[in-house]
Amino acid sequence: MNNKDSVGIVEPSSASFKDPLLLECGKELKGFELVYETYGKLNNENSNAVLICHALSGNHHAAGYHKDSEKRAGWWDSLIGPNKAIDTNKYFVVSPNNLGGCHGTTGPISINPDTNKIFGPNFPVLTVRDWTNSQAMLADHLNIKAWHAVIGGSLGGMQALDWSIAYPERIKKAGVIAAAPKLSAQNIAFNEVARQAITSDPDYQEGNYLLENTSPKSGLRLARMVGHITYLSDESMKSKFGRELKEEKLGFGFDAEFQVESYLRHQGDVFSDTFDANTYLLMTKVLDYFDPADEFNGDLMKAFEPILAQILVLSFSSDWRFSPSRSKEITDALIGVKKKVSHIEIESSLGHDSFLFPEERYVEVLKAFLGSPS
Amino acid sequence: MKTAEVIENWVSSGSRILDLGCGDGSILEALKLNKSVGGYGIEIDKENIQACLEKGLEVIEQNIDEGLSNFQDKSFDTVLVSQTIQVLKNPKQALDEITRIGHQSIIVIPNFGHWKSRLTVFLGGKMPVTETLPEKWYETPNIHLCTVADFENLCSELGIVIEEKKILNSEGKVSTISSGWSNLLSSAVIYRLSR
Repeated sequence: MNNKDSVGIVEPSSASFKDPLLLECGKELKGFELVYETYGKLNNENSNAVLICHALSGNHHAAGYHKDSEKRAGWWDSLIGPNKAIDTNKYFVVSPNNLGGCHGTTGPISINPDTNKIFGPNFPVLTVRDWTNSQAMLADHLNIKAWHAVIGGSLGGMQALDWSIAYPERIKKAGVIAAAPKLSAQNIAFNEVARQAITSDPDYQEGNYLLENTSPKSGLRLARMVGHITYLSDESMKSKFGRELKEEKLGFGFDAEFQVESYLRHQGDVFSDTFDANTYLLMTKVLDYFDPADEFNGDLMKAFEPILAQILVLSFSSDWRFSPSRSKEITDALIGVKKKVSHIEIESSLGHDSFLFPEERYVEVLKAFLGSPS
Repeated sequence: MKTAEVIENWVSSGSRILDLGCGDGSILEALKLNKSVGGYGIEIDKENIQACLEKGLEVIEQNIDEGLSNFQDKSFDTVLVSQTIQVLKNPKQALDEITRIGHQSIIVIPNFGHWKSRLTVFLGGKMPVTETLPEKWYETPNIHLCTVADFENLCSELGIVIEEKKILNSEGKVSTISSGWSNLLSSAVIYRLSR
């Protein structure tokens, strides 16, 4: 563990909700658990709370370490901590694992109270709004009337945007980072390839792999590999791997010969060891379904009408998964309905993943936005 | 009276402003404070953008030269263009867009026809470096300098009405000289336009 500038050792908490949660699909969850971490201190006015929304495969462990021996810090440790972009000396940071997750929050690997069996493939398909609603219950649980800010990247950015629409009075600022107002056909296509990789794995067992004592690891691995390509840019892959070979010369076979192949295989391996396949399917569906304009005949401006929060839309020049022009759609619709919005494009060669790295301007912009009078 | 006061007088309380080339946001901040305006600054300079964010202003990182089509017709009460028009690649197109977006437009331009500028060009044979035009020719961002007369001709060509005009002397204060002499004696001019 690297202690410098870190929130240090953190311990996850869990909030248990007994009230049923009506989901957008029409089904109901009879109570649920949300696992979350907090960093920093809540002030006396309960006015300095910042909600962190994770992306597709994220979880509640956004900063610090669970134990001394942990090699890697939380997924957004580069931005969350003392004096960092999201300064834990100033803010009380709350980072939950989304409903449907597989790291302690109620999800497909939890027990269905109706059947006393694992939910598995029968866990209801969720939406971003379901997450927002469940997080509002977490805010109540923590006595937070209004978030100083809700921030997230990618799917997390969409979540922050949804917060500003669904609970306008409960959010002062929204950081919408590397996001889009909805997925494009190309985005959905990549998600579909990922889902097909999982469901066509014979070990998937129609989602009942835990009951059948199998594990669709090769499918999940493939899903992650294809997803991972969309998180990087051509430029960053070129500079990271180029056409470097593992061995000195070509082997004229189908083993991983290029560095990029073994990198992707490694990413897939690590991911498939720690992630649940049904959760992955679910999360990609949540992404596909996100479209706040849908109930307004595609009119994004109408969807944004209720917003009161000050919004920062941040995009990255080399992001092709949710490119700057997709983020600009959000900004332009917000301008169209006279909402408080700032739009910044950060120069970065790291593709969609840029939002995870502490590029100097990115940090300064986020810091200024969070600290400024709203 | 200084430029900022003239602008404040022309902007009504609670109105919506689009400040093109808003710089560090000083004017927008003052308007927000004194006139409770809402709106956005448009800027491309990173340090200026950062200054705007720190002031809590709404700022859009956007290159005006690449168009303003994301702003709807007459969607702002005032489009403010202070010391920006002369740095644009296509001032004519920009002026057309500015007057499309705003009910009124306030434009501040440095006057290339000011006697000091004329003297340096005609007597010294050099591009002018004056209080309102402080950079040398090879480092100036001012690629489309015009005289008061040039600007007013362009307005009439585009069917833009000059509602009001104030002339600034070299101290940046509003001068009382008759407008007939403005091309020679003003170092900058503030216009209130409509179309």
